[in-house]
Amino acid sequence: MSETVRIVLNGDEREVPAEATLAAALLGLGLMRFRNSVQGEPRAPLCGMGACQECRVTVDGRMHVRSCMTPCREGLRVETDQP
Amino acid sequence: MSGRECDVLVVGAGPAGIAAACRAAECGRSVLLADENPACGGQIWRADRSSAATPAAAEWLARLAASGVEILPGAAAFEADADAGVLRFEHQFETVEVHCRRLVLATGARELFLPFPGWTLPGVIGAGGLQALVKGGFPVAGRRVVVAGSGPLLLAAAGLLGLHGAKMLGVYEQTSFANLARFSLQLWTFPKKLLEAIRLAMAARGVHLRSGWWVASAGGTNARLEWVKLTDGWRQTKVECDLLACGYGLRPNTELAQFIGCRMSAGAVAVDEFQNTSVDGVLAAGEVTGIGGAELSLEEGSVAGYAAADEPDRARAHFAARARYQGFAAALERAFTLRQELKSAVTAETIVCRCEDVTAGQLGEFKSWKEAKLGSRCGMGACQGKTCGPAAEFLYGWGAGSVRPPVTPVRVGTLAGESDPR
Amino acid sequence: MVGSWCLHGVGTVDSRCFCGRAVPVVRANFDVVIAGAGIVGAACALELTRAGLSVAIADPAFPGAGATAAGMGHVVVMQDSEPQFRLTSWSRRLWQALAPELPAEAEYSPCGTLWVAADEEELAAARRLRDDASARGLSAELLDPAGLAEAEPQLRPGLSGGLLIPQDAVVYAPAVARWMIRSAVAQGAVFRPGVAVDSMRDGRAKLSDWTAWSAGALINAAGMGAARLTRGLPIQPRKGHLVITDRAPGFLHHQVVELGYTKSVQALTSDSVAFNLSPRPTGQVLIGSSRQSGVDTEAVDRPILEAMLRRAFSFMPALRELSAIRCWTGLRAATPDKLPLIGPHPELAGVWIAAGHEGLGITTALGTARLLAAQLTGRVPEIPAEPYLPARQTVMGRELNHE
Repeated sequence: MSETVRIVLNGDEREVPAEATLAAALLGLGLMRFRNSVQGEPRAPLCGMGACQECRVTVDGRMHVRSCMTPCREGLRVETDQP
Repeated sequence: MSGRECDVLVVGAGPAGIAAACRAAECGRSVLLADENPACGGQIWRADRSSAATPAAAEWLARLAASGVEILPGAAAFEADADAGVLRFEHQFETVEVHCRRLVLATGARELFLPFPGWTLPGVIGAGGLQALVKGGFPVAGRRVVVAGSGPLLLAAAGLLGLHGAKMLGVYEQTSFANLARFSLQLWTFPKKLLEAIRLAMAARGVHLRSGWWVASAGGTNARLEWVKLTDGWRQTKVECDLLACGYGLRPNTELAQFIGCRMSAGAVAVDEFQNTSVDGVLAAGEVTGIGGAELSLEEGSVAGYAAADEPDRARAHFAARARYQGFAAALERAFTLRQELKSAVTAETIVCRCEDVTAGQLGEFKSWKEAKLGSRCGMGACQGKTCGPAAEFLYGWGAGSVRPPVTPVRVGTLAGESDPR
Repeated sequence: MVGSWCLHGVGTVDSRCFCGRAVPVVRANFDVVIAGAGIVGAACALELTRAGLSVAIADPAFPGAGATAAGMGHVVVMQDSEPQFRLTSWSRRLWQALAPELPAEAEYSPCGTLWVAADEEELAAARRLRDDASARGLSAELLDPAGLAEAEPQLRPGLSGGLLIPQDAVVYAPAVARWMIRSAVAQGAVFRPGVAVDSMRDGRAKLSDWTAWSAGALINAAGMGAARLTRGLPIQPRKGHLVITDRAPGFLHHQVVELGYTKSVQALTSDSVAFNLSPRPTGQVLIGSSRQSGVDTEAVDRPILEAMLRRAFSFMPALRELSAIRCWTGLRAATPDKLPLIGPHPELAGVWIAAGHEGLGITTALGTARLLAAQLTGRVPEIPAEPYLPARQTVMGRELNHE
């Protein structure tokens, strides 16, 4: 089994660890802005376990998916910077 | 919508849930174990690719694998009808309805986050939160980390972070040195806990531990964390860092139990000696009934599993061990009580509700949680008050309101009972 | 010390106790007392205070805690009957005039209402409504399927068209109620939160904290509690469900209602659902609507909720993919002829009613306050008050029982 998988982050192909959670993988890629607050401020994961909703990103076209609860998968399409 | 049936449905696959599921299966019951995470273990036994599981975790996970329990990972419970014995889950964006004769709630706990200026900056993460993310594959080697807040979780997090190569700049525990010393002395009576503490201390060796200190503020340019200011009430110190792992202890995840109508006691689900809640056919075990650590969760889970399988004698066999670990839970609560000075970190501009950007200044005019929700939309966002509710309770003394469906956000289609057409 | 409480006297009418000490005057005498600080009561408090009357208002919780908080917040002109049209259109004009004064948290948004025709029959009804609107001077635009799709891209193809009422609006009513109370208090009104009016008659309102207020006019604006406060009011609950989603900016531009909505409102006794969405300026979508007569429980009724959502999906399929954050219910206070009760009680002297607004409480709150103010001060109201008088025949078909 391969150690990494390829995901598409905001249009760019990136390699991430195969068994990582999406939130961990995005942080590992250096992403610090997962979503925007009501006032437009950048937000990133806080609780790491699905409660705070700060790690939400758009996955495969579906908005408001908690990246800390989403395993990485080959071909996953991720868009960040959404509300 | 797909349906399942079982004798015993266990919600939450941490130590308590795993124990309950295994015991019920031991007694010949058909058991379904559901958890919203992609893998079993809950928080404390969350798998870390870089290191082996603890002996207890390895033993129980192996037992679970051999038990015949049907496991449903990635399933978030969002609605329940206890009278009808039905729970609804969102699983891979479709609705799964589970019919059961007994329900065991082992929904665990989450961290308590208290606001301070700058706490919404990327890079400010929970202590358990950063631990979870690191276990989930976030590489922290070489990153400068400050750990702060309260509770044994801080040392556990610091130990793990050190193991993964983070540059540990210090652990700042808000409880006093006296409380910490008293608590440490009491560990002699809990050999397993003492060993764990020694292990943690060794893992965290060389890490600067200060008690009686807490976070005053955090800041940074470029919309990310660059420094943390900590205080002991008199002195202040500024630490430059990349990550702040900060959490003020644990709070039970009681939302599903409240939705079902279980009676609460001191912020946790009230249970009798067999772990029965006030609702017929519904039991609860683990941190959701009160914070007490993994050993207590295992005992409670065992009692609940046997009780759910109508085997009271087997359940009774765990009463003594459970009582012992309840003593530890009590010691825990006493040692890490949150000091009132933590409230003083909050300024009028500090955000309290992260989902709706409601500041402390905006909340001053309200006298209840409901009034604050309607008047400012605090608690009306995506987290459904799970983050700001406990913070507001600490800051203003507001009790939480009732829990409405969905217990966790789900697709509108799922709420309507549909399956994902994709 | 001047201003401190004297041990002997509390709440004396003049400012000195028998011991000679000055005590703060706890005022107990007003021109008007209002029971209920929902959007209707709060609007009355502000209107009457601005009209120069002394006003005291009490609410068992806080401003806007009841149906005011549960609804969609729509300000919509309805044409089901002439009196309904007059009251909603006049009231909408009053909202437009008030909008510049409202605080930011009121989120007043003139997004307009789009009435959707699912088939030719409904499109014909839309045409008739457009003609009625024109005759009444109400701005309305008929849309063909292309126009409909352009106005709301998320609507499914195959619909027949729609009617756009551009000046309708949505507003966050609890914030408006709070602001109205704050403004009234700033101009001298007295507000007691956490206190209910237990009874009102013979010029006296007894409060739940054992005190009382006297006033020439006692106004019952207690929403669903109005029928308890004044026995015999023909008000019945009509339960509704709502779901709110997470932020989806650009998903929905107008308030959208199916033309079949009016059938849902007409049905007095059966349960019904209708396609009705409301955008919040935040990008969140409010999904409604449902009506159940005679049900007053707070719990979400799963079959009704599912029917309501499925009906919504049949018009806007992509709604399924949005994230649902919360679901709740509310009770509309409904009268037999679907018009509110605004005016003097036919038998109890000095008692006035401002209740029974069903799903139009927010829309008609301002008009209600103006009508009541006119009647109280003996002026001619801007629209005829007769259709809404509590004494009207259509509503007084049965005897009033009062204490």
